[in-house]
Amino acid sequence: METKTKRRRLKDLSFWEKIYIPEIVKGLSLTLRTMFKPKFTMEYPEVKFDPSGSYRGRPVLVEEENGVERCVACGLCSRVCPALAIEVQAAETEMEKERYPEKFEINMIRCIFCGFCEEVCPEEAIVMSKDYELAFTNRQDAIYGKDKLLVPVKQLQDRIDFLRQYK
Amino acid sequence: MSTLEIVIISLIKIIALLSIMLVTVAYLTYFERKISAWAQNRIGPNRVGWKGALQPFADLFKLVLKEDIVPDNADRKIHTLAPIVALLVALSTYAVIPFGPNLQIAEFNIPLLVADVNIGVLFILALTSLGVYAITLAGWSSGSKYSLLGGIRSSAQMISYEVSMGFSVAGVILLAESLRPVAIVEAQSGWMWNAIVQPIGFITFVVSAFAETNRLPFDLPEAEPELVGGFHTEYSSMKFAGFFLAEYANMIIASAFIVTLYLGGWQIPYIQELNLAPVLETLLCVGAFIIKMAALLFFFLWVRWSLPRFRYDQLMNLGWKVMFPLSLINIIWVAALIMIFG
Repeated sequence: METKTKRRRLKDLSFWEKIYIPEIVKGLSLTLRTMFKPKFTMEYPEVKFDPSGSYRGRPVLVEEENGVERCVACGLCSRVCPALAIEVQAAETEMEKERYPEKFEINMIRCIFCGFCEEVCPEEAIVMSKDYELAFTNRQDAIYGKDKLLVPVKQLQDRIDFLRQYK
Repeated sequence: MSTLEIVIISLIKIIALLSIMLVTVAYLTYFERKISAWAQNRIGPNRVGWKGALQPFADLFKLVLKEDIVPDNADRKIHTLAPIVALLVALSTYAVIPFGPNLQIAEFNIPLLVADVNIGVLFILALTSLGVYAITLAGWSSGSKYSLLGGIRSSAQMISYEVSMGFSVAGVILLAESLRPVAIVEAQSGWMWNAIVQPIGFITFVVSAFAETNRLPFDLPEAEPELVGGFHTEYSSMKFAGFFLAEYANMIIASAFIVTLYLGGWQIPYIQELNLAPVLETLLCVGAFIIKMAALLFFFLWVRWSLPRFRYDQLMNLGWKVMFPLSLINIIWVAALIMIFG
């Protein structure tokens, strides 16, 4: 009977590994070292997450410097919205931009933040802002009218730059 | 001292010890959450008080307000009895552990332990054996298969590791020639702490202490993925709080016991050289005891979040085939030392 020496397999433990104590000590030292490293938790209400330009927050209407919205109430955003969250009612005006939305409502509970309205808008009038803090106590509060949707163009410059560069 | 004085001093000691221990148990839960968070690169509770320090009170408040659910199949009387036994055992063991040398106030010479029992070590071992009853009763009376499995596994585990615990303690007793905790502490003078004189016994005792308190890496009886909480699955609100507190109280007793037996109790090596006032010396020694206990408790918490859990057969294997022979070797080692050094 010849005896063959067993080939050492990858899963065979070495002697030091078999008695477990050195492995345990390695594990304990790893945990101890981690205890003293800096933590990455953002303590939320005091420190808020500041998103970059590519972030898709809630949709807002762009308001030019002279206080007039860019929207011409074409209704494309309302048609393309997958969740049927947008309602637009057009009306006439005497200014150079003849059409304007008399009623523009987004139901934030239906909105899925997909960004289709922003993609389809021919006037760059509706963009996804960086705002992500939305909490309502009743359904009526969640239907945002023009007063809550109009945001000056200066605050949306990041998003507009991103759109022009990448989309 | 007259009887009245003895009774009053004992009452003061009991009240002080009980309140300190209950607060310590509550804060141990806070530290467990904090340390586990740090070991996992996150911050623990930090909202409730300054840096979350009032979290234990919030937890306790929540547990008090919960509904007390008892399953249909449960044996009600035993179901209620089990956490009572667990807490009773956990809290009465503190009585025999010495916290410091004798305190000299006015004309009173007060030993800093509630009951200076001649067989202190045996008392503690007996009470921890009673703790097994609590878990078994809990598992049995819950009327659910997971609880029963958890209870049985836990009692088997605790009984197995009591064997090696007892033999390690036997090594200590051989050296100290007495079962009184005070005598054991005083026998470890200078640098001759038992942890250094009998390291094998130290290691087996610490491992057995982990197994006795059902603490990771031996916490299969209460592991969530395995048994949905094991023997305490069917408990809610204050009864669950009872088990919860009992587990942490057991941890504190285990640490205090290890400090007394192996780490020199309240002794600071060569503190006599400094010739301090007796009251200051006593305070320093009590502080040393607390620091040693805190270090051991940190070790308990540290190990919990670093090591994987033992499978049940590996656990029993370890208990009977590794720890038990090692503790016997420890006794032989101690006997050899006594024979050589007299």
